[in-house]
Amino acid sequence: MKKLESTWYNMAIVLTLISVVAGAALAYVNDLTAGPIKAIQEKNEQNAIKAVLCSDDAVVVKTEEVDGCTVYITEQGAAVKTEDPANGSFGGGLTIMVGLDQDFHVLGYNVLQSNETPGLGAKASTWFQKGQKGDIIGKSAGPLAVTKDKGEIDAITASTITSRSFLRAVNHAAAAYSKAVGRKLDVNIDTQSGASPQQENKKHN
Amino acid sequence: MNNFKVILNGIIKENPTFVLLLGMCPTLGTTSSAINGMSMGLATMAVLIFSNLIISLIKNLIPDMVRIPSFIVVIASLVTILQMLIKAYAPDVDKSLGLFIPLIVVNCVILGRAEAFAAKNGPVSSVCDGIGMGLGFTLGLTLLGAVREILGTGCIFNFSVFPEQYGALVFVLAPGAFIALGYLIAIINKIKG
Repeated sequence: MKKLESTWYNMAIVLTLISVVAGAALAYVNDLTAGPIKAIQEKNEQNAIKAVLCSDDAVVVKTEEVDGCTVYITEQGAAVKTEDPANGSFGGGLTIMVGLDQDFHVLGYNVLQSNETPGLGAKASTWFQKGQKGDIIGKSAGPLAVTKDKGEIDAITASTITSRSFLRAVNHAAAAYSKAVGRKLDVNIDTQSGASPQQENKKHN
Repeated sequence: MNNFKVILNGIIKENPTFVLLLGMCPTLGTTSSAINGMSMGLATMAVLIFSNLIISLIKNLIPDMVRIPSFIVVIASLVTILQMLIKAYAPDVDKSLGLFIPLIVVNCVILGRAEAFAAKNGPVSSVCDGIGMGLGFTLGLTLLGAVREILGTGCIFNFSVFPEQYGALVFVLAPGAFIALGYLIAIINKIKG
């Protein structure tokens, strides 16, 4: 078959046709995958609740929406899905799930969604786990802050912005949980701004 | 040129990373570790094979003056479809690769091969070219990622070689990508003579 000439008529027809076919293919695949994607997200969330509470038989007795967080209240404590309230993470949109016991100690956490730099801020998913350098497990949430801000948590190397944002989210989760169950946090702290004043430049330092 | 030669051509003689210097943006951006580089390379290869196949099949239907927008629509649709399929049916792959997949749309290796090869050759050799170029790209990215990972963090594929505190952080960051790539290209040019 000979190649089509570049006339206006041919070009318009071909471009329209290609776009229509591509659009139809995308719509079809989207329709096909929307269900499974949603199911996977829900399953991930359920697994994350169990994982952060460190218990396989955690049963959610009540779900509450407080200050932009979703609080899944269980017998042992609560799993809180939260974002950094100041949205100050390096890539933005850092969403985590934090498990808290009834006294607001951190039981575990899980990074649900992050756009942090691979190899730097993205280390948040392991850095603060038990036995790691920035271990926050067992600590009381609310006043958590990095050492640079006179806190006691080691920030991720070269990713202080991400670390601050992460800890702010953890503190925010504790505040939301305390609000949801109507029990006061031991420490009076403004979780919106973290433990100390920080004017953040958008760079890793 | 027989098809085996086409594959080999992409891996060695016209390696997209070290010889053609195509797709520098994902190359420098995603190679902070060997596994990241390899993931990006493999995802690119998948798209490259299909885009080469489709474009070689419809090349006679596309008037020359609108070939670039047509290629872009085909490539972008393929990438989006791939992303949705991976999200739905391979959530584990999505976890490690998810971030890189939308980047493939703007990878000039793919557009470059569509333009330089698929638009002039038949479907079979175009698929072979996709495999060859894809493997070459994967190899290049994995190598660069491995070099940066070992110099930056002392690990390779997450296996520790020497303690992390002796690593030079600059190699994980962007400047290290340029430095490592420059030296790798120099070494490869030297070996090739």
